[in-house]
Amino acid sequence: MAFVRPLLDPSPRPPPVPGSLPPPSADLPRPIAEPPIGSDLSQNPFDSSSRLSNASARLRVDYNSGDRVLFPEPGSADSFRRVSGSRTAVRHGSGAESDRFGVASLREISDEDARFVYIGDPARTNERFQFTGNSIRTGKYSVFTFIPRNLFEQFHRVAYIYFLIIAILNQLPSSPSSDGYEDWRRHRADRIENNRTAYVLSDGEFRPKLWKDVRVGEIIRVRSNESLPCDMVLLSTSDPTGVAYVQTINLDGESNLKTRYAKQETLSKVPEKDPVTGVIRCEQPNRNIYGFHANMDIQGKKVSLGASNIVLRGCEIKNTAWVVGVAVYAGRETKVMLNSSGAPSKRSRLETHMNRETMLLAFILVAMCSIVSIFAGIWLRNHKDELDYSPYFRKKDFSEKEEENYNYDGIGAEVAYRFLMSIIVFQIMIPISLYISMELVRLGQAYLMIQDRNLFDETTNSRLQCRALNINEDLGQIKYVFSDKTGTLTQNKMEFQCASISGVDYQAEMDPLSADHADCSVRVGDQFWRPKMRVNVNTDLVKLLRSGHGREERKYVYDFFLALSACNTINSKLIDYQGESPDEQALVYAAAAYGFVLVERTSGHIVVDILGNRQRFDILGLHEFDSDRKRMSVIVGCPDKTVKLFVKGADNSMLGVLEESLDLDVVQATKNHLHAYSSLGLRTLVVGIRELTGGEFHEWKSSYERASTTLFGRSKALRLVASNVESHLHILGASGIEDKLQDGVPEAIESLREAGIKVWVLTGDKQETAISIGFSCKLLTTNMDQIVINSHSKEACRRSLEDAMAMSRKHLQMVHDAGRISLALIIDGTSLVHILENELEEELFKVATACDVVLCCRVSRTEDMTLAIGDGANDVSMIQMADVGIGISGQEGRQAVMASDFAMGQFRFLVPLLLVHGHWNYQRMSYMIVYNFYRNAVFVFVLFWYILYTGFSLSTAITEWSSVLYSIIYTALPTIVVGILDKDLSRKTLLKYPQLYGAGQREEGYNLNVFLLTMVDTIWQSAAIYFIPYLAYRNSTVDGSSIGNIWTLGVVILVNVHLAMDLFRWTWISHVVIWGCIVATWICVIVIDSSLSCPASALFWLCLLGILVVGMIPRFALKSFRGYFFPSDIRIGRELEKAGGYYEAVAGSIEMRPVVGAGGARS
Amino acid sequence: MDSPSPARRHSKKPKYSKFTQQELPACKPILSPGWVITTFAFIGLIFIPVGLASLFASQKVVEIVDRYDVACVPEHLQDDKLAYIQNSTEDKTCTRKLKVPRLMRSPIFIYYELENFYQNHRRYVKSRSDKQLRGKEGEGDTESCSPEAKTSNGSVIVPCGLIAWSMFNDTYGFSINSKVLDVNKKDIAWNSDKYHKFGSDVYPKNFQSGPLIGLSEQEDLIVWMRTAALPTFRKLYGKIEVDLEPNEEIMVTIHNNYNTYSFGGKKRLVLSTTSWIGGKNDFLGMAYLTFGGLSLLIAATFILIHLIRPRSLGDPSYLSWNKNPVGYSN
Repeated sequence: MAFVRPLLDPSPRPPPVPGSLPPPSADLPRPIAEPPIGSDLSQNPFDSSSRLSNASARLRVDYNSGDRVLFPEPGSADSFRRVSGSRTAVRHGSGAESDRFGVASLREISDEDARFVYIGDPARTNERFQFTGNSIRTGKYSVFTFIPRNLFEQFHRVAYIYFLIIAILNQLPSSPSSDGYEDWRRHRADRIENNRTAYVLSDGEFRPKLWKDVRVGEIIRVRSNESLPCDMVLLSTSDPTGVAYVQTINLDGESNLKTRYAKQETLSKVPEKDPVTGVIRCEQPNRNIYGFHANMDIQGKKVSLGASNIVLRGCEIKNTAWVVGVAVYAGRETKVMLNSSGAPSKRSRLETHMNRETMLLAFILVAMCSIVSIFAGIWLRNHKDELDYSPYFRKKDFSEKEEENYNYDGIGAEVAYRFLMSIIVFQIMIPISLYISMELVRLGQAYLMIQDRNLFDETTNSRLQCRALNINEDLGQIKYVFSDKTGTLTQNKMEFQCASISGVDYQAEMDPLSADHADCSVRVGDQFWRPKMRVNVNTDLVKLLRSGHGREERKYVYDFFLALSACNTINSKLIDYQGESPDEQALVYAAAAYGFVLVERTSGHIVVDILGNRQRFDILGLHEFDSDRKRMSVIVGCPDKTVKLFVKGADNSMLGVLEESLDLDVVQATKNHLHAYSSLGLRTLVVGIRELTGGEFHEWKSSYERASTTLFGRSKALRLVASNVESHLHILGASGIEDKLQDGVPEAIESLREAGIKVWVLTGDKQETAISIGFSCKLLTTNMDQIVINSHSKEACRRSLEDAMAMSRKHLQMVHDAGRISLALIIDGTSLVHILENELEEELFKVATACDVVLCCRVSRTEDMTLAIGDGANDVSMIQMADVGIGISGQEGRQAVMASDFAMGQFRFLVPLLLVHGHWNYQRMSYMIVYNFYRNAVFVFVLFWYILYTGFSLSTAITEWSSVLYSIIYTALPTIVVGILDKDLSRKTLLKYPQLYGAGQREEGYNLNVFLLTMVDTIWQSAAIYFIPYLAYRNSTVDGSSIGNIWTLGVVILVNVHLAMDLFRWTWISHVVIWGCIVATWICVIVIDSSLSCPASALFWLCLLGILVVGMIPRFALKSFRGYFFPSDIRIGRELEKAGGYYEAVAGSIEMRPVVGAGGARS
Repeated sequence: MDSPSPARRHSKKPKYSKFTQQELPACKPILSPGWVITTFAFIGLIFIPVGLASLFASQKVVEIVDRYDVACVPEHLQDDKLAYIQNSTEDKTCTRKLKVPRLMRSPIFIYYELENFYQNHRRYVKSRSDKQLRGKEGEGDTESCSPEAKTSNGSVIVPCGLIAWSMFNDTYGFSINSKVLDVNKKDIAWNSDKYHKFGSDVYPKNFQSGPLIGLSEQEDLIVWMRTAALPTFRKLYGKIEVDLEPNEEIMVTIHNNYNTYSFGGKKRLVLSTTSWIGGKNDFLGMAYLTFGGLSLLIAATFILIHLIRPRSLGDPSYLSWNKNPVGYSN
């Protein structure tokens, strides 16, 4: 059955409540707050799998990290270091959320729950508990468990249990080998991984050691661009301030660099000479890659460790010469391994249904066996008196001295024997060979999918990967697509598109002018450096900037770009900007393109190359982003001794703190522009400025210092300070950043929707942006009714949900009246949390399933066929849980791909994959299953009819050899070839009429009715095969093997012609296999019978012809009748293909209708 | 980071071939009304003449069937036929008179027909040793033959098995007006059996008294050993190679040795001519006529409905979502 687990589990961890702070630990007050990195996620109420929460978190990250200074005297950032004493501490934060973070990390971990890691002392660490070593195993089976576990896997299939019984009765071997091969490949990959080298401290120096031998507690050194062998707490790094940059692309799919910190207590130590001793007390291994709680006892001091102090396996060290850390989790206890807890084995929907019918067939089989054995009992009783001497039974054995019963133990035993024997005779009723054929067919289908040139991505040079071989046909039955947005629908490349500066809209031109690029290069030493990313610029704006001083307009533009290059947390390494937020990156690159090149950023100052003029700005203060203010600000000491406050933030938070009365027109114009930008699907930010007078600055300074030394509620106090200063701002302008959609996404989504697939996009964008992106990728259309839920209290949520329910009910009713208007549900994250907290999930789900489009929503449970597509590690659980998981293999990590069933390069490939290959695969597989059931049943029925005429003695006229060869040689190849190669409709037709996909969704190819109808036909055909020769040869000299040959040939010819009749496309291959099989059967029959003079009389030929025609008439008539008078869509599609361009020319208006129909428009 | 790959990697783009792109040239037959009507009409037009021909051929066959198992038991033993047949002192000779209804052209085949004799019973079919029958070296191979494998003193039985030991042993003699008709009992078995399955060096030592003849010469045994498919069957006894005139009376002298009374079997003597369709059997002709007629009927129905409710092929307006633009999703 389909899973009933929720697709995405909310994490059990409750959101931290700021009010309930535990008493501060002994080592407080601490002048230096915890680095706030990572805190962004500590309040994330969801599991890491939710893109929604992650993306909203990302918005926060934008303003979050980086260098900042407590408060130096203006213009003397360097002196601050001296001021702050012996500590070389640089990394202070105003730490708006640091309290919470500190609380979280200083939370006492009870001894039972904790693991103790003795730094540099693996022996002691592993003394009490043997922690897992660092070797990993991703293969499902080991040498010892392969056989039992594989058997268990196989036994999931009902038929295999049956098969086991048959195997015991019949001693038939079986060999499921493909699983073994898959697993062998995984083992090989593991071996390579396990044998990589890490440098581990032993006897005062770092020595190479294999990854698999690394143990918890060991001190490890990792160099730049090396992967981390295990999860480790940073002790020191090459950077004097203890910063390390890691790339987490393999972990969460994000390509930007993250900053991690070593603790000040440890970063000065040189492990080789001065061994660090201490105990880390950390939580038990868990799969939360964004959280880590631990305390470190070092030199009698208790230091708290958080997510910003740990680097995880799977990451790579970047831009940092080396890091030294202590291993805390190793091997399968690492967070990355816990997250990739083996892909659950999936079973295709078709196969599940097939198992149901297999049960039905087994029932029929038992019924047949019962009939035979019961009648045999009756027959024996009726003939009881004759059997002793009857020449054909001869119960008595005269060869012994005493007359004994020969091979006869009474009627009861005889009935039981007959029953068992009849199971053996009728066993092929259950098509065991079908499972083998299905594997082969899937292999072939996968090959053709991989080879499809339309699924090849030029940019990443990657083909489609079929990672799961047993759910090909599920691709043809998808009803829901859950898509990640960033990186899946979009390219995850932020591009600065337009700016509104003091009420003037500047749109970037499409062609970057090469002349302008010369200006943004920066001289470093003797070399000219140019920003890596090209940005489209607006020529007017460039001209304006270069037009010289004086103009009021220019001043605003100047400040705007200065704000962009200053107000961020981006690191600049030779004009290669690294930061946690792609949006900030885009802004800095944009500023660079306009001539404001951020050259250098240190903790106390930045150097900006302004139009070729290098200037130094002191960063006097920094208020990082937090989710309440939704903005960040920097206080900059300019070279002209003015102090400026730059603020950047989300538009609704910024508009509140603007001094609107100062420039009413500009604010209004900017608002209009903002609306226009978000309607274009751009991510918007508003930038403001205020010049601080000396008094204001000192007031701020003192209140800031006061706040940062507060014991309780420090973050609140700091937030207050920030809010106080971030007011009465002049508006500078707004920016619009585009996260470009991937090629063909709108068309793809439109096709999917036309195909009747409900598309759910999971995104964390702002609601307006989400909606506009929805429009731009044709997810939403103007004629849809939108249900918007964005309420901020539980009650309001409940109410709006009730309204939504009412609305969806109304819509359902309208289906009966006038047809349906498509519904779109748009729900924001907060409401979603409220709904999920209040156990309104059921209601939400009801509303959501009634809608055609759901935006910004997380998935609850579903019984319908689902497909999840994503690109990052946060999509892994979604991919694993969905019926079909698709990974986008692109620039982001491999996690999604590793967890996926299919991996491809572009979102738009979903259309050919589902609509073309999915449709074909479903069509082929469903036909193959029905056909195989029919094929074996017809043979069994022929055997059955004959047994009724043999005194129920289970003798067969068809030789045992033929029984064995029947599903191996006589009829096997055509079904496999048809299963791989036949196609009902051409690619062109399927793409042109996406609605044809509905055949799979409605399970037209294979359902109980199809099965039962086929079974009725099977009985008719078997009767034709049996009774025509029977009646024709009754009262003749015919012997068993001769008439048996007619039956054998009759079955094989009929079954193959049946297939031939259902074949959609006759290629030379189909001709070869179908006719080849009949010829092969003929040869086999002659060889087996060895009476080479098989009597090919006229009667014989007439029998065969009669079998063929009589057997096929009902099916053929029904098929032609239905095809002509009640045509299926597929049939019409085939006729359309045949009719060629005629209707395309004539019925242009009709062509348009599918599009309108799918949109649900009713004018 | 999307730095352009330093060395242009080898492109993994799949090579184009019609096979891998699933574009093999193909014939795409559609069951259009034209095709359907033609097919059914064609079937009808073939089947009806064939049916008529085979019916005609079957009618031309002259067949004389005479059940004698009851009639050959003397009146006083009718109540206990088993005692009669088991009594070796009883004279088993019996005379039957058969009248030739129509001219019977030579060769006239003589069959015996047994009814309710399960020669296809599993116990029975298995009880033989092909190896023993094939040649001298297989003589000892009697495992499959039980319960007729070995004599009570342990020597092997040749030929072994229930089949051989239940061989039909009634004999027929024919005469017209006291003139004996020769019965040719040669070439009644299949050549493949005679030459490949039964050895000339295998002698039925437990089976016959007098001079032993190799099995391959014993055609009546070979015929018997080719077990019948159905519980009512005929086996070829011999051939009469002269024409029989209408209304002639044939005297048949039967040695009624074979015990069918123990299991309620029936015995018949059959004299029959043949045609290209074989013996007398109207079934195939009738079946061909029936289904030929049915096909024509279907063809006619199709034409009729096609005229009443025509549909132009490949009209997109018949697509379900065009017929019912809003309801397709369910």
